[in-house]
Amino acid sequence: MAPRTLASVTVGDELPTRTVHIERASLVQYAGASLDRNPIHWDERFARAVGLPDVIAHGMFTMGAGATVVGDWAGDAGRVVDYGTRFTKPVVVPHDSGADVVFAGVVKKVDADAGLVTVELRATCGDDKVLGRALAVVHLR
Amino acid sequence: MPVNADFVGREYPPTAPYAVGSAKIREFAEAVGSSDPVHLDREAAVAAGYRDVIAPPTFAVLIAQQCDAQLMLDPEAGIDYSRVVHGEQRFTHHRPLTAGDDVVGVLHVDGVRAAGGHAMVTTRTELSVDGEAVCTATSTLVIRGEDA
Repeated sequence: MAPRTLASVTVGDELPTRTVHIERASLVQYAGASLDRNPIHWDERFARAVGLPDVIAHGMFTMGAGATVVGDWAGDAGRVVDYGTRFTKPVVVPHDSGADVVFAGVVKKVDADAGLVTVELRATCGDDKVLGRALAVVHLR
Repeated sequence: MPVNADFVGREYPPTAPYAVGSAKIREFAEAVGSSDPVHLDREAAVAAGYRDVIAPPTFAVLIAQQCDAQLMLDPEAGIDYSRVVHGEQRFTHHRPLTAGDDVVGVLHVDGVRAAGGHAMVTTRTELSVDGEAVCTATSTLVIRGEDA
């Protein structure tokens, strides 16, 4: 898979949308992989005891899934040189239904001289925008 | 208990090196739904110009959160870890973390402020390999107030 070329990218280009289905098992897998074992991400009883509506996804899980969307668009995840976001709303993950996060993105800026493309990522769960000001800078040639 | 504002500007000693391994990279990539061969296949990574498989863009959080723990668990900081929520996160990569890297992190406390009954703490972890800067990870952590 060759990386996307700088010449093929224009401001306003949309990234393909992707729906990521999250189950409790996804969060246990992420907890193990990331070493973030906070029980609010897998223990419903604990989550409710600290005032949450239910188990919530790691913000970093959602951010990480967003990085995958951008990396796949770039054609090489190593091209993502800068990536930041705010965590605006938690993604609640009920036991039975799980949750769906829908990712979309748009090219906001192309710096042809530096080879840097800025992508704004949108992540929504139901009506909630779960990432705020999510910007990734991708280095393309 | 409020967060101790005297911690602004504090720099912690370098952490013990974290050895980035290909198995952990694979495990992390799978957990964030990535099948990009640069994470999974050494030959593909080398063909793409890397020394070995590279870590996904947010993998550095694994090391940065271990660095943050130095502050979270410092009794003088006054942080109730059970009330901590992740507010913001950013990674600036100078090059991708790569299997075989021994990564050292230095934690800096860049800000402590109060906002709407909560405390906000901004940390910056500078990650390096053999003295070469590889990544800057900044986090804003929100410590929820007692009434919030």
